[in-house]
Parts: sequence; structure tokens; C-alpha cells
Amino acid sequence: MSVEPILKGRNLVKRYGKVTALDHCDFDLLPGEILAVIGDNGAGKSSLIKAVSGAVIPDEGEVFLEGRKVNFRSPIEARAAGIETVYQTLAMSPALSITDNMFMGREIRKPGFRGKYLRQLDKPAMEKFARDKLSELGLMTIQNINQAVETLSGGQRQGVAVARAAAFGSKVIILDEPTAALGVKESRRVLELILDVKSRGIPIILISHNMPHVFEVADRIHVHRLGRRLCVIDPKEHSMSDAVAFMTGAKEPPAEAVAA
Amino acid sequence: MSETDNYETAASRDGDFASFDDHKKGLLGHFHNALHTNPALVPLIVLVAAVIGFGILLGSRFLSPFALTLILQQVQIVGVLAAAQTLIILTAGIDLSVGAIAVLTSVIMGQFTFRYGIPAPVSVVIGLGVGTALGAVSGWLVSRVKLPPFIVTLGMWQIVLAANYLYSANQTIRSQDIEAEAPFLHFMGVKLQFAGATFTLGVIVMVLLVLILAYALKSTAWGRHVYAVGDDPEAAQLAGVNVHGTLMSVYMLAGFICALAGWVMIGRFGSVSPSATTGVIGNIQAITAVVIGGISLFGGRGSILGAFFGALIVGVFELGLRMAGADPQWTFLLIGVLIIAAVAVDQWIREVSS
Repeated sequence: MSVEPILKGRNLVKRYGKVTALDHCDFDLLPGEILAVIGDNGAGKSSLIKAVSGAVIPDEGEVFLEGRKVNFRSPIEARAAGIETVYQTLAMSPALSITDNMFMGREIRKPGFRGKYLRQLDKPAMEKFARDKLSELGLMTIQNINQAVETLSGGQRQGVAVARAAAFGSKVIILDEPTAALGVKESRRVLELILDVKSRGIPIILISHNMPHVFEVADRIHVHRLGRRLCVIDPKEHSMSDAVAFMTGAKEPPAEAVAA
Repeated sequence: MSETDNYETAASRDGDFASFDDHKKGLLGHFHNALHTNPALVPLIVLVAAVIGFGILLGSRFLSPFALTLILQQVQIVGVLAAAQTLIILTAGIDLSVGAIAVLTSVIMGQFTFRYGIPAPVSVVIGLGVGTALGAVSGWLVSRVKLPPFIVTLGMWQIVLAANYLYSANQTIRSQDIEAEAPFLHFMGVKLQFAGATFTLGVIVMVLLVLILAYALKSTAWGRHVYAVGDDPEAAQLAGVNVHGTLMSVYMLAGFICALAGWVMIGRFGSVSPSATTGVIGNIQAITAVVIGGISLFGGRGSILGAFFGALIVGVFELGLRMAGADPQWTFLLIGVLIIAAVAVDQWIREVSS
């Protein structure tokens, strides 16, 4: 491989009691790509993603971000390093506004006395930033950025969560089942949003069960099986049936894909 | 990829994905929306209506500066306790120990001064410190040991109340003695009068406390985190909020405010009594004010101004009905109705049409 992966996992092992969720697993995310991670339930997809995003600490193995070894002990540390994760649950507070949610945990304070001693938040600045980010991603026609998140539809919430990740995720964005809870039309919008984020040069890890979605947007597909990377395939060279067959063990993966 | 894989393009793409236009909801919808954004509006309307109602009924007897400021004096202890209770309930907790902590800390402020001869201001600071420490214990049990707040504070209530009786040996410190030897303990009872209106420092502290907390909850990151933790702690954690730190700060601050209520109690009652009723019913009074104030017991919703209005509503009913010569049981009956009505309104507000 000539290009240095932006995010790289080597020999990752994670055990929960007697269960081995990750079995000497490798992982590579190249700059600017959308890498889909697919695998059957229980194959260890979530453990893999958690291991590279700091949500779990692997028992063995190493994670490298831009070639440098990193040891994230929490998702907050990973976030500080530029890795944003959009969880399936979205991690949003329904009663709070879009702005509050976008800035949760990294609020902007007013400059000068009011920010320093009264610790006053700079609401106009945060609202402007939130509005700009949402419009940048085509989540347009926002009239009320202070609307509570619970008043948004599922797709709109996903949109806000992706916008939050895109706004702050400088290096990697991880999306966990972004379309799982959405209707057909909303899924479509979220996929467009994902391509939009990619076009801005930020690499994306997409975890999904939805093969049509994966094949539509992914540049490469990491097939996870039995706690390790079985192969990485090119969606243009393989069919969805192939992918499912590799994933479930019905078919042997091609030799060159395993080496990749 | 085969054609059949593109079935989803059949769905039209031209619908707005994130348009945030207000739906045409009519008058009721706008009212609903206003309540959703300003949860303190309902108790404010009830408060104003109650004052006008009793004003019509009782005339200038009720609408006098004296009577209206008397209400403030009568609610000052509950008002301060309700401020503490608000913080806890916003994090989806509940604090049954607020009144007990207030009584114990008032006893500590009194006994430290009289039993050990410690200067009164130092005793007050020690009392405030003990309140904060008790809050820290509850907070640690809730946040780290993951015990339900109801259980933690139910136990803490009994422990604190019993410790209060054991430590004080059930002795009351008389008002005259305090006046003669340690007037600083009466500081919160100092009266300021203008044109018939009487404000004690305790009342002023209560109002300032509510205003400061309202600012902190609305306009600082800490306040936003309190709401987020009450709304969904896991989501807040994943979004980068220090949930443990937020909970600890809330419980410690609530303990401190309860101790402040203890100091206010000495000013209000004059004496220091370990058997003050606040120890037994202070928690329920505070919860009542908070609930009438429109703060959701499920956490994450409501405003501290609402709790303040809730405390005032109870005070207005108590004084108004007493002046009208009604049986005091009517007060309790009406407050019961208000509690149920307030929660019904809360449920209605939470029902969000999308």
C-alpha cells in the first residue's frame, strides 16, 4: 500500500470474559475515502469501531492516527484528536436546542470579562456557526436554530448529528448505522450528506447493514468476520451477493482482497 | 451494481430535508410553542391570576405592600430549598433531604457558637461547609455508586435528621440568647422597610439566589450540561459532558443552598430548634413548589424561575385563604389540585407534535 492510512489499527485484540470480540484484527482507513465496515451480527464491528474511537481500550494491538501511535482512553480524547463519532443513538439531548446540542461539551464563551468571570456563553456566535454549518451541508431553510431537537424528524436529527461531526471532525468521521432508523426518503438525504462530507476531503467510516447503501457510497468495503478483517473489497468489482457470502462465510474471499 | 439496487431513487428527492418552518398550528399551537420555550410561563400566569383573584376578594387588605411582602417572608425558607431542589430535579433526581440538611446546619451554626464559643461568622461558614459536604456524599452515591437519588436522599434524610436530634440533644437555643450573644446568626432576619413593605435579608438572598441560578442555568456551559445530564446522561457523556463532575457540582451546590436555608431559618424563626418542622416537611414543600413551577420530574426541563413562582403561588394561597377566613385545609386541598394540574400541563407540553 503506497498511501499512508490516516487511521490504522494493527493486531487489535479485545476480549470480554471468554468471548473474543476482536481477534488480532487489522484496520486501515485511507485519506479521503469512505470505508464501509460490514459484518454479521456479533462479528465484532462495533468492538472494532469502539477500539479505534476510544470507546473501548483494546487488550492488545496498536492504533495509529496519521502514522503516530495513539492511546485513546475515552471518546473525548479521540474527539480532541479529530475523530468524531456519530452514534446510532445520536447522543443528543432532545429537550435542548440544535445549537446547544452542536456545541455540547465544547461551548464558546464570550470574550473578555463576561466570558472569563461570568462564564457567559457566546450564544450569537454559536448560533451563527451552527447555522453556517447546517447550510454548508445543504441542511438549508433553517429558520429556528433554537428549536428543540425533539421537534425534528429522525432524518433531521441525523442531519444535525452528522453536521456536528462534520463541523468538528477534522480528521475522521465515524458513522454508526446512520440510516438504520430512517425511512427511504430520509435515508437518501443522509447518503447525499455523507457524499457531501466526503467531497470536503474528510474520510468516513460507515458501519451499516444496508448493502444497497454501502455499495452506493463506499469506496472500499471492509468485511468483518469472526473478530477480524476477512478482506477488503472494491464495490465496483464485487456484487452485493458476493459481499454477503464473504460476510457469512458461504464463499471464500479472493486472495488479492485478503492481502490488501 | 444492477438496476434493481437503485430502487430508492424512485423516492422523490425534492422534499425539504431540514426545513424548520413553524407548522400552521393555530392559536393553541402557538400557545403550546410558547410554553415549550418558556416553561415558567404557566406558573407566572397562575401566580398573577391568584394575586388578582385574592386582590378582588380581599381588596387592599391583601394588595398592601405589607401583605405582599409578608408572603415573601413566609416563603423565603421554602423558596431557598426549592432552588436546591430544582437543581437536583433538573438532573432527573430528587432530594428528600433538603429540609433535614437545613435544620442540621442551623443547629450546627447555633451549637458551634454557643457550645464551643466559636465566633458566629466562623460557625456559619462551618455550617455551609457541612451542608456542601452532605451534598457531596449524596452526589457521590448517586453518580459513582449509581444508587437511585430517591433512595440515597431518603436515607440521607433520616440520617441527617437523627444526627440533628442526637447532636443537639434536642435543645433549642433561645432567640434572646442569640440576640444577646451572637446577633450575626440573625443576619438573614435583618429587616429593611420602605413604605410599609418589609424585606428581610433572607428574602433578598432568596431572590438573588434564584436570579443567579437562572443566569447560570441559561447562559453558562455548566447550566447547559445540567439540562443535558437530566435529559439523557448517556447522550451527554458521549457528547463530551463530564457527567460525574456535573452531578457532583449539582449535589454539592444543592447542599450548600440547603445550609443557606438553615441560616435563613435562624433569621426567620429567631431561635435555633432541632425540631423545626422544616426538617420533616421541608422536602415535600420544596418538591411542591418545584412541581407547581412546571419543572419536569423526569429531568432536563423547566426553569428555576418557575420553581420560584411555584413557591410564591403556595404562599399567596396560604395567606390569601387565611385572610379570607377559610379553613386551612382548603389551602392543602387547592395545592393538591395545583400539583396534579401542573404535572398534567407538563405532560401536555412534552407531547411534541412534529
